[in-house]
Amino acid sequence: MLLIKNGRVIDPARAVDDDLDLLIDQGKIVELTRRNETHKREGVSQSIDAQGMIVVPGLIDMHVHLREPGHEYKETIKTGCQAAAWGGFTSIACMPNTTPSNDTHAVTDYILDKARGEGCVNVFPIGAITKGLQGESLAEMGELKNAGVVAVSDDGTTVSNSELMRRAMEYANNFDLLVICHCEDSLLVAHGVMNEGYTATRLGLKGIPSAAEEIVVARDILLAELTGCRIHIAHVSTAGSVRIIREAKSRGIKVTAETAPHYFSLSEEALESFNTNLKVNPPLRSVRDVEAIKEGLKDGTLDVIATDHAPHSSLEKEVEFDYASTGMVGLETALPLSLRLIQERLFTVPELVRKLTAHPAKILNIAKGTLAPGADADITIIDLSARKKVDVHQFKSKSRNSPFHGWELEGEARYVVVKGRVIKGPGGLAV
Amino acid sequence: MPLQSKDLLTIEQLSVDEITLILDTADSMKEISTRDIKKVPTLRGKTIINLFYEPSTRTRTSFEIAGKRLSADVINISTSVSSVVKGETLKDTGKNLQAMNPDTVVIRHAAAGAAKILADSLSASIINAGDGAHEHPTQALLDVFTMRERKGTIAGLQVAIIGDLSHSRVARSNIHALNKLGAEVVVYGPPTMIPPRIEMMGVRVAQSIDDAIRSADVIMMLRIQLERQSQFLFPSLREYSTFFGLNGERLTHAKEDVLIMHPGPINRGVEISPEVADGPYALILEQVTNGVAVRMALLYLLIGK
Repeated sequence: MLLIKNGRVIDPARAVDDDLDLLIDQGKIVELTRRNETHKREGVSQSIDAQGMIVVPGLIDMHVHLREPGHEYKETIKTGCQAAAWGGFTSIACMPNTTPSNDTHAVTDYILDKARGEGCVNVFPIGAITKGLQGESLAEMGELKNAGVVAVSDDGTTVSNSELMRRAMEYANNFDLLVICHCEDSLLVAHGVMNEGYTATRLGLKGIPSAAEEIVVARDILLAELTGCRIHIAHVSTAGSVRIIREAKSRGIKVTAETAPHYFSLSEEALESFNTNLKVNPPLRSVRDVEAIKEGLKDGTLDVIATDHAPHSSLEKEVEFDYASTGMVGLETALPLSLRLIQERLFTVPELVRKLTAHPAKILNIAKGTLAPGADADITIIDLSARKKVDVHQFKSKSRNSPFHGWELEGEARYVVVKGRVIKGPGGLAV
Repeated sequence: MPLQSKDLLTIEQLSVDEITLILDTADSMKEISTRDIKKVPTLRGKTIINLFYEPSTRTRTSFEIAGKRLSADVINISTSVSSVVKGETLKDTGKNLQAMNPDTVVIRHAAAGAAKILADSLSASIINAGDGAHEHPTQALLDVFTMRERKGTIAGLQVAIIGDLSHSRVARSNIHALNKLGAEVVVYGPPTMIPPRIEMMGVRVAQSIDDAIRSADVIMMLRIQLERQSQFLFPSLREYSTFFGLNGERLTHAKEDVLIMHPGPINRGVEISPEVADGPYALILEQVTNGVAVRMALLYLLIGK
């Protein structure tokens, strides 16, 4: 048995925030008890002293690109899981834009098989909405669901044909599959590479208007209303999207939404450096948008913080800004960047933890994200005051494309437990 | 006082003193080109590489002549015959050029920020000869040199920049240079070609072409880039020239001593009518002449000491 003692246990799913000890056996949480009631318990073979730390359900990242199969030089299921564990995540959902794409049960089987063999955290595949993510015909969602996908998405691109998206929602609904929407009107993006505004104008880079995102957010919400399908808006970046989602929620439409740490940590001005690690899709927006994203997180319009972890190698990034691929890695910086929202007094600790645990678990409908007795023993133990300088060369991810290199951040996952096994501790990764 | 940086990537990075130093140096360089033997030994033994990823006649020739009149060895690389067609990255090309120890690399490239990539990875002086729609600093320097020569000073001038501001690196560099030197800048063009928030760069957006040119001391017409315009930006060349072009009739509303400039190459009959381009107010060829002097000055200041 594993005992986690002396920590402050926070389980937002059950409104627990208390000094408790946690007893774990055979991969499950056995019980939570008052401090010092358990330490003399027989059979405790291993114990972790969480004095001064918070003990929370294992963090869940519902938006990750693992790149395998097809782009193993950027990331593999193994290294992506290691990066997740290092960053405090015990469960990740991986997007289907691999090569081949995850549009068929054979690819889902492959991912799950690899994850069982080489992955140190729980991997939940997301299937494609359309075959080959081509936006032309429906993928075999029923078979994908049977194979184990937790949602469908054409993330990386928008299903631009509105009729096809409508049918996709109707069809997915039949299998109780969540549809995750990547919202971007590609014709309006028109080869833009950063947010439209003063910075783009000065740098001579082609801008992307906020409307390119908001038009599709609005469309997909209207289609969700039409079809009754449950949808989730990925990587919300603009004030307008927050406003549209807020209004939709107030009308009872079944929509949830996420944003990524870079959308509340960085704004477009940073691109003056022409640093291609800042090139991301949707693009970093204005200061006003950053404030709106924070407000959306605060008032619950944005349910989840997810990374959109998108590994790229120097081949895609050490090129001219116009030609660089979009995306940044996020698994190993998401937690301390999110904790800044506590330091800014936007959130209490439980409010923030909820967006990284209970909410994504509920949206993906997976039995994770809680420390209830009987639940899987996926646990993250966080030292809120650990100060660390981000060093991309220390990343467990295969890729280094983070714009946060050199940032001084506070808060770190000291221990990570997956199904009762300590995979991260003071000695590093035990995998 | 020398220049602060080893590179010239943008006008934005230059101080007023640095701009003035370059212009003053160009004043003394200009005479060399009028001599019978147009060559001085200033840059003997120095190597200049012209690395042009986009077509160019004026700028590339101007840099080549400037280098040669200062006795530098000038090598021209154009992308059709280089390793670029084999897929080499800009950074790799730069490192390979660096391995041959040039003093200066002059780069023109379709992507904004390209010159900075070279500047960050090479020890040679990098001169930006145009990076996407970002900056074209030597064009702006030769433009303000030409204005200063004609008007005596830049401070207090009103300069109208008219045309496709969105895609124009010439406009951006000129806006920075003119603002730094105390001119007032007015811009005008089809709303589809005026980039958002351009007023934050310190310009006024005019309401009409007549509004733009009425009190202008200098009118700078920008080239409509026929080769890269999408058909969404304006309906036809005919309509463009009617509402946004400069012709003799329109010029009667301008100041009597107005100067007309254009970075070239001009589209006769589109943004500028032939009678204006060839007329008495036009400085278009003087700009080209001055380009050599300004580039000689810049090369001298960057690698001459």
